[in-house]
Amino acid sequence: MADKTLTINGQVVQAQEGQTLLQAAREAGFPIPTLCHLEGLSDPGSCRVCMVEQTGSSRLLPACTTRVSDHLVIETNSKRVREERRKVVELLFAERNHVCAVCVACGHCELQDLAIEVGMDHVRFDYDHPDCKIDLSHHLYGIDHNRCVLCTRCVRACDEVEGAHTWDVAGWGKETRVVTDHGQPWGNSETCTSCGKCVQACPTAAIFIKGMTVAESRKHPAEIGFLVKSREHLHCQD
Amino acid sequence: MPRLKFATVWLGGCSGCHMSFLDLDEFLFDLAAAADVVFSPVGTDVKHYPEGVDVCLVEGAVCNHENLEMIHRVRQRTKVLISFGDCAVTGNVSAIRNILPASVHQVLERSYMNHDDRNPRIPDEPGIVPVLLDKVLPIHAVVPVEVYIPGCPPPASRIKEVLVQILEHGTAQLEGRDLQFG
Ligand code: SF4
Ligand code: SF4
Ligand code: FES
Repeated sequence: MADKTLTINGQVVQAQEGQTLLQAAREAGFPIPTLCHLEGLSDPGSCRVCMVEQTGSSRLLPACTTRVSDHLVIETNSKRVREERRKVVELLFAERNHVCAVCVACGHCELQDLAIEVGMDHVRFDYDHPDCKIDLSHHLYGIDHNRCVLCTRCVRACDEVEGAHTWDVAGWGKETRVVTDHGQPWGNSETCTSCGKCVQACPTAAIFIKGMTVAESRKHPAEIGFLVKSREHLHCQD
Repeated sequence: MPRLKFATVWLGGCSGCHMSFLDLDEFLFDLAAAADVVFSPVGTDVKHYPEGVDVCLVEGAVCNHENLEMIHRVRQRTKVLISFGDCAVTGNVSAIRNILPASVHQVLERSYMNHDDRNPRIPDEPGIVPVLLDKVLPIHAVVPVEVYIPGCPPPASRIKEVLVQILEHGTAQLEGRDLQFG
């Protein structure tokens, strides 16, 4: 594969053709925050947390879905990038009901961590306070839409890794929700194998294990990537 | 250096932030050495918020008309207004009632009628029990705020960090894990 040469934060970087800006930047030692991206899953490029600035262009680029190319000049942490990223995170807090003080993910939540990373000391947008439902019909797990950021990591983990495709996205705009079996209660699902991959993939407290305390509910999203890597390894040996 | 005129105010919150303030322990002596406490539910018996306050920690969201009147008075009379704790900064638990789509009356009905099987009655004491606002608001949605202290309650170390910065520089900005909500 051909090498591509680009500039990230003033440093000339070599990357392989087909790599994303996110991969190239991380390999070069420049961290970029992400939310909908999860190692092992496809990238919808939907959350916009990973946006970077391309010098000379007015549009910001999502680092997780933009491929490297020659002569690209990228800033991953410019003032503009930092301000836009903070806005994106603030909007995530404004559009659902995140009450960290009474949340089972408090202290180990990727959204909370992102807020810290972007320096969010308050939300400048009006809170929407939507009336969201909680589905506790599954015998092991629950889904609380108050905490969902619509990253679709659950949808992709269920479809791409477990192969069950229990989860999907339904509705438009503010009414958009992740759903199980076309909107049936999760507990009635005929496709769900109760594997728990969606639980581990979910960055917030939206999907949780019933009965777990705050201290116990740390998730292991990297397990998804580990699983995918191990399978690739097995295929190589075949 | 002139002594700082320092106040704390308690709006729609549980007083947890003020309890955490008292957890400052011996730092309270340092604070007392540098500041006069001119108004505070835990520090004075003064009933009226005075003029010319330098710094004020405001706990709680703006939930009712009394809170609303108070926060405007605090804003007019204070140089550095600090949003103190999650209810002040985000609305937090106090704002959960905003999810109920309907009017304040339905909020009261839900709490005092539907969930009380002994003595269901909506409190109505004009002039004594303040009237609720339609929506609970974080402080910065009502008046400008200079400094934010997240946390439910904010740990004493976080409050100290802000007060030390204020004493040294006149303003403060938290960062890193000190910004964690909840
Ligand atoms: S999901 Fe995360 S950000 Fe949302 S309330 Fe829970 S801890 Fe806070
Ligand atoms: S339930 Fe969790 S994983 Fe699924 S879209 Fe919502 S936040 Fe993302
Ligand atoms: S991580 Fe790139 S768009 Fe979500």
